Amino acid sequence: MRSIMAASMKNVEEIRTRVILGEFGVKNTHTTDFPGNYPGYDDAWSMQKFQQNFRIDVVHLDDSSMEFDMVGIDAAIANAFRRILLAEVPTMAIEKVFIYNNTSIVQDEVLAHRLGLIPIRADPRLFEYRNTGEESAEDQGSEIDTIQLQLKVKCSRNPRASKDSSDPRELYLNSMVYSRDIQWVPVGNQADVFADCRIGPVHDDILIAQLRPGQELDITMHCVKESVGAAGKDHAKFSPVATASYRLLPEITILEPVEGEKAERLKRCFSRGVIDLEDVDGRKVAKVVNSRLDTCSREVLRHADLKNLVKLGRVRDHFIFTVESTGILPPDVLVTEAIKVLMAKCQRFLQELDSTDMD
Amino acid sequence: MELLGEEFGDLSPQELAAPVSTVADKWKLLPAFLKVKGLVKQHIDSFNYFINVEIKKIMKANEKITSDADPMWYLKYLNIYVGMPDVEESFNVSRPVSPHECRLRDMTYSAPITVDIEYTRGSQRIIRNALPIGRMPIMLRSSNCVLTGKTPMEFSKLNECPLDPGGYFIVKGQEKVILIQEQLSKNRIIVEQDRKGAVGASVTSSTHEKKSRTNMIVKQGRFYLRHNTLSEDAPIAIIFKGMGVESDQEIVQMIGTEEHVMASFAPSLEECQKAQIFTQTQALRYLGNKVRRQRMWGGPKKTKMEEARELLASLILTHVPVKEFNFRAKCIYLAVMVRRVILAQGDNKVDDRDYYGNKRLELAGQLLSLLFEDLFKKFNSELKKIADQIIPKQRAAQFDVVKHMRQDQITNGMVNAISTGNWSLKRFKMDRQGVTQVLSRLSFISALGMMTRISSQFEKTRKVSGPRSLQPSQWGMLCPSDTPEGEACGLVKNLALMTHITTDMEDGPIIKLAFNLGVEDVNLLCGEELSYPSVFLVFLNGNILGVIRDHPKLVNTFRLMRRAGFINEFVSISTNLTDRCVYISSDGGRLCRPYIIVKKGVPMVKNKHIEDLSQGYRTFEDFLHEGLVEYLDVNEENDCQIALYEHMINKDTTHLEIEPFTLLGVCAGLIPYPHHNQSPRNTYQCAMGKQAMGTIGYNQRNRIDTLMYLLAYPQRPMVKTKTIELIDFEKLPAGQNATVAVMSYSGYDIEDALVLNKASLDRGFGRCLVYKNAKCILRRYTNQTFDKVMGPMLDAATRKPIWRHSILDADGICSPGERVENKQVLVNKSMPTVTQTPLEGSAQPGQPQYRDVPISYKGSTDSYIEKVMISSNAEDAFLIKILLRQTRRPEIGDKFSSRHGQKGVCGLIVPQEDMPFCDTGICPDIIMNPHGYPSRMTVGKLIELLAGKAGVLDGRFHYGTAFGGSKVKDVCEDLIRYGYNYQGKDYVTSGITGEPLEAYIYFGPVYYQKLKHMVLDKMHARARGPRAVLTRQPTEGRSRDGGLRLGEMERDCLIGYGASMLLLERLMISSDAFEVDVCGQCGLLGYSGWCHYCKSSCHVSSLRIPYACKLLFQELQSMNIIPRLKLSRYNE
Repeated sequence: MRSIMAASMKNVEEIRTRVILGEFGVKNTHTTDFPGNYPGYDDAWSMQKFQQNFRIDVVHLDDSSMEFDMVGIDAAIANAFRRILLAEVPTMAIEKVFIYNNTSIVQDEVLAHRLGLIPIRADPRLFEYRNTGEESAEDQGSEIDTIQLQLKVKCSRNPRASKDSSDPRELYLNSMVYSRDIQWVPVGNQADVFADCRIGPVHDDILIAQLRPGQELDITMHCVKESVGAAGKDHAKFSPVATASYRLLPEITILEPVEGEKAERLKRCFSRGVIDLEDVDGRKVAKVVNSRLDTCSREVLRHADLKNLVKLGRVRDHFIFTVESTGILPPDVLVTEAIKVLMAKCQRFLQELDSTDMD
Repeated sequence: MELLGEEFGDLSPQELAAPVSTVADKWKLLPAFLKVKGLVKQHIDSFNYFINVEIKKIMKANEKITSDADPMWYLKYLNIYVGMPDVEESFNVSRPVSPHECRLRDMTYSAPITVDIEYTRGSQRIIRNALPIGRMPIMLRSSNCVLTGKTPMEFSKLNECPLDPGGYFIVKGQEKVILIQEQLSKNRIIVEQDRKGAVGASVTSSTHEKKSRTNMIVKQGRFYLRHNTLSEDAPIAIIFKGMGVESDQEIVQMIGTEEHVMASFAPSLEECQKAQIFTQTQALRYLGNKVRRQRMWGGPKKTKMEEARELLASLILTHVPVKEFNFRAKCIYLAVMVRRVILAQGDNKVDDRDYYGNKRLELAGQLLSLLFEDLFKKFNSELKKIADQIIPKQRAAQFDVVKHMRQDQITNGMVNAISTGNWSLKRFKMDRQGVTQVLSRLSFISALGMMTRISSQFEKTRKVSGPRSLQPSQWGMLCPSDTPEGEACGLVKNLALMTHITTDMEDGPIIKLAFNLGVEDVNLLCGEELSYPSVFLVFLNGNILGVIRDHPKLVNTFRLMRRAGFINEFVSISTNLTDRCVYISSDGGRLCRPYIIVKKGVPMVKNKHIEDLSQGYRTFEDFLHEGLVEYLDVNEENDCQIALYEHMINKDTTHLEIEPFTLLGVCAGLIPYPHHNQSPRNTYQCAMGKQAMGTIGYNQRNRIDTLMYLLAYPQRPMVKTKTIELIDFEKLPAGQNATVAVMSYSGYDIEDALVLNKASLDRGFGRCLVYKNAKCILRRYTNQTFDKVMGPMLDAATRKPIWRHSILDADGICSPGERVENKQVLVNKSMPTVTQTPLEGSAQPGQPQYRDVPISYKGSTDSYIEKVMISSNAEDAFLIKILLRQTRRPEIGDKFSSRHGQKGVCGLIVPQEDMPFCDTGICPDIIMNPHGYPSRMTVGKLIELLAGKAGVLDGRFHYGTAFGGSKVKDVCEDLIRYGYNYQGKDYVTSGITGEPLEAYIYFGPVYYQKLKHMVLDKMHARARGPRAVLTRQPTEGRSRDGGLRLGEMERDCLIGYGASMLLLERLMISSDAFEVDVCGQCGLLGYSGWCHYCKSSCHVSSLRIPYACKLLFQELQSMNIIPRLKLSRYNE
């Protein structure tokens, strides 16, 4: 009787904390730890318990990407961070393109679209949202909400090119227009304020257009602060991240000892470094070393003799976040910004609750 | 053991045990083939043959014109040439012209036809050289086109795409294709059963001079000849006698002396006996009475007998030559026809009309030569008529025929036929519509697909399955997948990748060779030999050549000589064992394709040959000349043992397939893994691939087409096929690789709808450019007035152009780069109010009055002006062409399709954060509902996704070539190596809840095409708007801003429901309500309160009826029927 109880307790524990990868589907996908859902569990939310369990470990951080673990939190909140990173952290991007001359073969609209997608290095926190009122086409914007950029390129023949060359790079000058050709035109006091932050495209080598002798581009652009979620002006170019996503921490449990040839095969079923072979009394015994590295290909389930020896699971509240920035801000700053956005939203919600009287 | 030894011939056991060696890259023969032959080579070959050879033959056949008025006068053509395309700049000054200039300036890409002539003027004999008689539209890339032999660099200088296949014409600025026409083979005996089951034979004879159809029918066991110059069916024995075979014994000898053959023919002889006809004279007299009179203009009057003899010589079986009334060959031919029918009666072995060996394909060259011959004859008869008219009149100047040679008749004849597609040639009893079509430039594939299209002469309305169904003999020749759905299904077909169509060739040498190889001339035989069981009849192009004793030797020697290059590679020879015949064909229009020759169970093409080929030491022609590869036509193919793969070769095998995937055509070649799909899906894709947007050619940005769709960011498909590489689809792609998740999402994906990722659209997925043009011609009129373009009109107050003219430059034409809104003016043209020449005497007003006829922009969305072209057309009028551009991003309702006949519209656009994502953070571009798979069974799409995914991970392209391609097992192993699931199903997290999805999701890249159907072009609504003049009802159709019809069935619903007032509102008030005055007394319609019939106003009351009703009453009245309305108060 006790053992049955213990087994079921273990079962419930698994349902509560693990997502199980079965052969034909994922089990226990939903969060079930609502208060009162399981007898014998106190699932009421408590700040203290949360503080005890919650932790963030930064695993990797560089200029453009970041990996961190967020442990002890509900999927809904983790997902909120992901969604905010994708869509609600404001970003500067080229919004208005004034084409004075474009004799290249790239059509005006396509050119404008290409320019818009170029990430612009400018800290959006230092700018205001541009007024969303009625704007005229010639609206100049002001130093606090707009960055002006300029692209002025003209292609010509290279007088020093060798006669028999057929490479356009050698034959012509400025035949390739790269993002490095975009110049920042400071407005008002911007030259002083942003003296040290090199406003301009993040990457120098984005090919914008190709020109041939006689063709030219004469373009000014206005960069504006906005977020993807903004109504009416939403566009993927306002996303500060290339992508932001998470995965759950894989957990591989070997149910029975696996030895010899089977162990070798088991090892090959997982990503490199997940399973190691240990020498126990001259036999090779499989052992899970680092399940984090597994890509969850579920290869093991194709082996009839192995599939019942392991259990593939994922820890429900252990989120491994990957944030790839487009380069306008370091990824860690983006995450902090995302958290700030969520806090601001909560604040507004609370205010809203306070201000409406409920009957 | 003995048995075994027999089966494997002289192969040693070691040889037998050795593994089948495969020629690794024998598919490389295919690009080599396409390099020499190309996909449209048949068009070009046939046109080249026409302008270089055939046209001279036509001239030769009609070389002399004489006049009845002056026996001394004549005109003789010495030579004829077609020059290089040029354009006449001014009088007698011309310069070479490029095809693209013709497209832009709405001109015809044509070259002058010049002749050398010898004629008499008075007593002088004059020779004139290079005299133009008309202009010939020139096929692009033909021998006379400026593009032949040019390098890609030179192509770009001429604004031409090097990948463009050519093979079409440019007529009045439009690209026109002469479709390949499929026809029953000419000059062949076809034995068939009529509807009642009676067996008969028919021959459609066709020579340069005449075309006729001869039928042989059986009535009550007697044989008759039916011909449309004979008023009734003529007994065959009488025909024989009329042709000089008077003895019954001789007739029977020719037909056959077997017991049952004689028995079958006896009644026919008996009938002849009964008719009392024993001699040739009697027979001719009998036939002379049956000849249908033909209108003969002039010529000496002939007797009935002469007429009958003439008929037998030149109208019946015209293709059998009769020299000086020597009917021998014709008699034998007729006897063979009778014999065929008798033999077929016994076993019911009739010929199959749908068999491709009995079909011939007519190409542009053949059709044009018919047309030219007709026009040339007309031209000559006109000259003769002029000569007849003018010579008798005494003039100061002597009659000089050169002054009367007008070029425009031939020129206009050619241009009109090609531009309208109406081929009506009275002499050949030909009246065909839709021979040409406008080359569809929707995508590169649609243009290419059009060049390989074959249209059948069969009527579309007839409901028979035979001609529409897939014929086993079209294997490898015609694509089994590429045919339209609906009424033209199975009648319009496409060539397969390696098919070649032959052109006519000289048969003189072949005849000589056949006689040298032991064929006994038919004219030297007594007739009985024809039915000897030991001999085979030998036919050349449908004519009986003679008989042969050792037919296998003849066939083998013939083939050996062909492989050695002594005979043209396209001459085919085949034995027909059932008919006991050897057929030799050298005529044009036969389908054929190359095969590798196999000797003693070993393919002749070895690895070293292929190596030489890939290194360029060897070309496809070398393979032909060295006897490694040969062309087989459908008939000869039937006579061969062709192995599909090396391991299938046995001791009887004679040929080996080069590559099995070549049995598909161009359009079906785009489909990856087509052999895994349900066959109708491949057919659907063939139709849809032609609607896919992408790139149409390297010169696409220089073109000003009426409609052009381009993709902003086209991509090469991740999973390609050999065909894709061969036809350069990768260089001009039409589609994008979309990451697809096969799952259900939101319910906006039912019925094949797709859910698109908004961020993907923001980043350029499916973004397309739509180009349209506006045209304007400034004419000169006969009264010395001309159209003018005025500058923009200024607003009086602001001194700025008014809104409608705001995009105009100072010259009155819109400027490039401007944005045009609906109803704005593109060209501010004005036209003189009076354009006719004023009548003599009436005073000419000093300054002509002008009225505005602006070219304005119509469209629900704004466009941008891409470019403006100002030029002149062929009539020297100003031509202004404006290219308008729209950039569109996909929206809800736009149509997409994968390459597996799986089309769908966009049902929902979802922001990226709501999209599901996999462990690596990838979001799909497209979510597709899994219900699209089970009923469609497009397994190829599933494999494409797997191969695409593996390719993306590996950084290489995978092949999905038909009957080959990357294997699923290998592809899946690749996935495993990169840490993905073997089955391609990924663990995916919902973007909305953040929790994992319960199912694994099939996830990976699939090549998607954006189709030309977009909601923006289809959306339509109307509240008020234009009405038709006659009925005053709202107009019909979106283009006329028409109303939305409440149709009969909708009306029935409302009647059933009893919503009478709604009906009244829909059918009358909102449509054509009309207030009429009706006189209560006479019941007729009055006018403004007055009855004109009763001459009173006292009973007139006003009511509302549909205008159509009022119109009906009046129309009835106009035909003396008086409809009277009875009025009464509704409460009475």
